[in-house]
Amino acid sequence: MLQAIADGILSGSIIALGAIGLTLTMGILRFANFAHAELVTWGAYMALGVLALTGAFMGPLEPFSFGVPLIMATLVAMVLTAALALAIDWLVYRPLRGRANHLTLVFGSFGVSLLVRMIILLIFGGGAQYYSNTLQIAIPVAPGLRILPDQVFTLGLTAVIVVALHLFLQKTRLGLAMRALAENPELARVNGIDTKVVVRWTWIIGASLAAISGVLYGLTVQLRPEIGFHLLLPLFAAAILGGVGNVFGAVIGGLIVGLAESLSVLVIPAGYKLAVPFMILLLVLYIRPTGIFAGTVGGAK
Amino acid sequence: MTAPLLAVDGVVAGYRPDLPIIHGISLTVAPEEMVTIIGPNGAGKSTLIKAVAGILPISRGTVRLAGKEITNLPTHRMASVSMAYVPQVANVFTTLTINENLKVGATALSKEDAARRIERGYEAFPDLKKFRHKKAGVLSGGQRQMLAVARALLTEPRLLMLDEPSAGLSPLMVSDVFQRLKALVDTGVAILMVEQNAKAALAISHRTYVFAEGRNRIDGPSQEMASNEEVTSIYLGAGGRKR
Ligand SMILES: Nc1ncnc2c1ncn2[C@@H]1O[C@H](COP(=O)(O)OP(=O)(O)O)[C@@H](O)[C@H]1O
Ligand SMILES: [Mg+2]
Repeated sequence: MLQAIADGILSGSIIALGAIGLTLTMGILRFANFAHAELVTWGAYMALGVLALTGAFMGPLEPFSFGVPLIMATLVAMVLTAALALAIDWLVYRPLRGRANHLTLVFGSFGVSLLVRMIILLIFGGGAQYYSNTLQIAIPVAPGLRILPDQVFTLGLTAVIVVALHLFLQKTRLGLAMRALAENPELARVNGIDTKVVVRWTWIIGASLAAISGVLYGLTVQLRPEIGFHLLLPLFAAAILGGVGNVFGAVIGGLIVGLAESLSVLVIPAGYKLAVPFMILLLVLYIRPTGIFAGTVGGAK
Repeated sequence: MTAPLLAVDGVVAGYRPDLPIIHGISLTVAPEEMVTIIGPNGAGKSTLIKAVAGILPISRGTVRLAGKEITNLPTHRMASVSMAYVPQVANVFTTLTINENLKVGATALSKEDAARRIERGYEAFPDLKKFRHKKAGVLSGGQRQMLAVARALLTEPRLLMLDEPSAGLSPLMVSDVFQRLKALVDTGVAILMVEQNAKAALAISHRTYVFAEGRNRIDGPSQEMASNEEVTSIYLGAGGRKR
């Protein structure tokens, strides 16, 4: 039971990071970007690629399984994921934007997500891979509860990122512009905001967080080309549960989805675990379609 | 006649390029002049203002500000040509605080200028200062209008465009808003506003244009318009028509 809760919080924090990016881009760009989950996969594999190119030139930072090379690789992966997101926006979404039908964009994002997954499959193959083969020793925290150092790192990093992002949205000009744009794009322009620039930054931030989420997934689970496919429902469930555009809500939503998934195994066969986010999504859409918190970028304090 | 501050010449514009809503509208606003546009619903009054603000695409005609052509100006660059616009509805960010609304309005300014002018804005509108950390969504209609005007003035525009600033306000608030606009003109700001409340608008503005079906209909000094039979019979009716 305790172990299930710890596992749930862990996978919940990874879902949360991905869902933050999703909720920001949904709130500001105003469409359900199905390709967002593939950015998570892309980020995870870009870090793997960089790691393979540079080699393990330094040992791990005890007690973690990774060292400086993976941290550097993650930074490069964030840049490469942001680049992919901007390229997709420019090549696919930009020509579709402003057209009468909003669904065109959603379908476009479906196509993009398949394409990205296939590219990853082509380059990296379909098998499971790991950043490191170092075996970690789980630390017994309490009776019946053991946690890997990497998992502690994942939780800590998620907390730091959430706080930093909150401060960014509340205190900086760009953060304020993002919140203004999310509420009313035309009024934002009337107020002097160059919305194209803000949209670009939204992609960069959302994609960078997706990359981090992917690396943490690879670190604590494993790398497979289907990461994004498996995260798609949890990400949407978390973002919608928390209220579209609401960063804080996405974090809570991510934790709820992660916990529900991991606790569900106690009562239903493990094979049905993947259906849990779907049930949550249905339940939220049925009971409270706007999510638990009002959906405004940076809202709900 | 002094050179106009704003000169709109034969502007054709609409929501879609193939479906013009205004068909060649012309008007001028002199420096420090208050000009009103009236006309029946759907005449294209809002469309004209949005076209000048660069929100709707202009397919023919020109817009000049102080002699410089600004046709199809990107909306976010309005402040750089000393122009500001207050939309009719949804003119404040309800999810942001009053202070944040003003900060967003000061996007075009340096941080120092922004802080100084927001402070000055609070002096002019003490009510706003009282609620500075409240979400703008809790403000009354009149307070929102004040916030929207205070926001538009942050960039110290020479031309302020307002779309129905009195819509939905109580009679007391209407006269308050109009008094403030009049005081603004006295400080050297030119105003171009759309008004449904035609009687009040004619009473305080210098000149009035009447639009109908996307075209200029009549224009002239507001006092003459108030007694113009065609205007009074068609557009004023019983105290101006409401939405
Ligand atoms: N968002 C919109 N999309 C398409 N057409 C619009 C839109 N808003 C207004 N119109 C059309 O433009 C015409 C003029 O509207 P408008 O300029 O708002 O009139 P008003 O003089 O009342 O301000 C109306 O016939 C209306 O149907
Ligand atoms: Mg109108």
